[in-house]
Amino acid sequence: MTALGKLFRTTAFKLSVAFLVLFSVGAGLVLASVGARVKEVLDEQIEQTVDAEIRALSEQYTQGGIRQLTDAVERRVRAPGGSLYLLTTQSGDVIVGNIDPPRFVPIEKDELVETIYQRRGEPEIAPHPALLRLFLIPGGFRLLIGHDIEDHRVLRDILRNALGVSLFWLVLVGVFGGLFVSYRMIERVDIMSASARRIMAGDMNERLAVSGSGDELDRLAENFNAMLARIAELMAGLREVSDNIAHDLKTPLTRMRNRAESALRSGDQPEKQKDALVAIIDEADDLIAVFNALLMIARAEAGYSTDNLALCDAAAVVSDMAEMYEPVAEEQGITLALESESGLMVTGNRELLGQAVVNLIDNALKYGRSEKDPRIVVSALRAGEWIEIAVADHGLGVSAADRQRLTGRFVRLENSRSQPGSGLGLSMAAAIARLHQGTLRIEDNSPGLRVTLSLPATRKNSQSIKPNEE
Amino acid sequence: MMRFMRILIIEDDREASDYLVKAFREQGHVADHADDGLSGYAAAREGDYDVLIVDRMLPKMDGLSLISSLREQKVETPVLILSALGQVDDRVKGLRAGGDDYLPKPYAFSELLARTEALARRRVGPRGEETHYRVGDLELDRLSHEVRVGGQEIMLQPREFRLLEYLMKNAGQVVTRTMLLENVWDYHFDPQTNVIDVHISRLRSKIDKGRETPLLHTIRGAGYMIRDSAR
Repeated sequence: MTALGKLFRTTAFKLSVAFLVLFSVGAGLVLASVGARVKEVLDEQIEQTVDAEIRALSEQYTQGGIRQLTDAVERRVRAPGGSLYLLTTQSGDVIVGNIDPPRFVPIEKDELVETIYQRRGEPEIAPHPALLRLFLIPGGFRLLIGHDIEDHRVLRDILRNALGVSLFWLVLVGVFGGLFVSYRMIERVDIMSASARRIMAGDMNERLAVSGSGDELDRLAENFNAMLARIAELMAGLREVSDNIAHDLKTPLTRMRNRAESALRSGDQPEKQKDALVAIIDEADDLIAVFNALLMIARAEAGYSTDNLALCDAAAVVSDMAEMYEPVAEEQGITLALESESGLMVTGNRELLGQAVVNLIDNALKYGRSEKDPRIVVSALRAGEWIEIAVADHGLGVSAADRQRLTGRFVRLENSRSQPGSGLGLSMAAAIARLHQGTLRIEDNSPGLRVTLSLPATRKNSQSIKPNEE
Repeated sequence: MMRFMRILIIEDDREASDYLVKAFREQGHVADHADDGLSGYAAAREGDYDVLIVDRMLPKMDGLSLISSLREQKVETPVLILSALGQVDDRVKGLRAGGDDYLPKPYAFSELLARTEALARRRVGPRGEETHYRVGDLELDRLSHEVRVGGQEIMLQPREFRLLEYLMKNAGQVVTRTMLLENVWDYHFDPQTNVIDVHISRLRSKIDKGRETPLLHTIRGAGYMIRDSAR
């Protein structure tokens, strides 16, 4: 496509052409109606003047007969102006007047008729248009009275000219304006396309240009940029995972391999061999668990099909999980307290929510231990449009900088390395939160840590009053 | 122990199916196997099996269509689905197609065995409809929610009651931790810590207190079993 062809095809250009046509038709209509109205007003004025003349002349005739009328007409003929007079006998002989008898003579009385006239004794001047009226005088005399309307024609010409000139400028400005706007548009779209091509070629740091005018292209560009940021984040996550997989999956694989080798070496000691095999199976089970967790996170990050989300009671899930972990906590000398409202309906997956809550409780039990206040508070409360599920401990807590990193995959803080765990619990909980259009907040519980899973509340049935099942 | 089971394994991975056939035979069961969906479907319709073990991804006819076709033909043999897809929604799809249980790969054979036995038992007798269970001097009444040890009533928490109920329903059989989680708590994910063990030890302290030979046994590498070993 040629550059010009491209220009003509733009939406902006097509729009300008459409508006151009609309404006031209509009301007034509306005000028035409102004012209028509002006002509009407002028004709009305002439009619009034002619009426007045007829009244005055017929009075002259009543007072002094044809002689006085002839004198009056003669006086008026000599006065300058556009008024036209012609007094003839019945046979058509001119008595007095300033025009030649016109070819077309108004027959009917009391009616203004448009015609062409020639001034008497001035044959060099071209005939002019006029409005004339016939007045019959007793005795067979005919009096034509009228007015020159050359001015009307001039006025009409002026208006027509004005229309022509304005249309000319309208089209000129419209076409060039349209082309200019289209060009600007193409320029911006071309810049965006170029950016998009660079991004496709692999430069994930490239962003679409935002002009700052806040127009629709800017809004589009801003949204695309937000989308790109999310894609970049996902890709960074992917890279981080592959880096961490190398470390966190190869380590147990190496251990497994070592155990198998040592089992091979201790060929004549069946007891040792059996122990090694059991250890290998345990190691394999741990690896499987890590794989499952990774797959689940990947699945949740990729967006879960919403068919699998149904109305479920977050309070029931939380109380199930608290009940499940209560004996575990008790065994470790920790009190697990549940603070829950009833019937907190969310659109979600009960299993995944359960998994997320379990991960939070599990973390609190492992890392939130405290001698002074051995208490973990699990809560499920409504906060406006949100359902907040929180697990709070009173342990050592986590520094603000570390809190930022906690939801990353395989992130394990230094002082927790000695504990068993994969470093996937919180990132799984965060993925589950995202899947439910919610968020995972990690905050200081001073002392200790509070992790809050915030989910959008589902209105339906949210008013149902159900006794809390304990 | 229950009588032997007739099992049909429909699995296209030759090594996996050979391993399963061998392992089930070692346990005293009869195990056949089919390589693809179509021959598996024919075998399942012809043969009188107690349990079908069906891989989800099969050549010629995939596992889920196989199951729904069987159900359409009124073949109601219990089906256990094996799948590399272990996500919650895959499980739901499998059960919706007419499967009775779902086990994600990779799995422990002890888990598969325990679940297969539970399915076969379901087919043999409607034991689930019994209202009174008895193992040794331990009695559980499902209607009155009463549990007695040697005629003496003991108090159990609601969840402990359901745990004991499930164990006694499957008395003499191994139940795995995930089977307990699924049937007693109705969740299907893997809790990271030894949650089930702690609940079991609580229950044990109530029903096996002061007993010389306990009723509730831990089966190493598999799960738990309630059994009157005195007899």
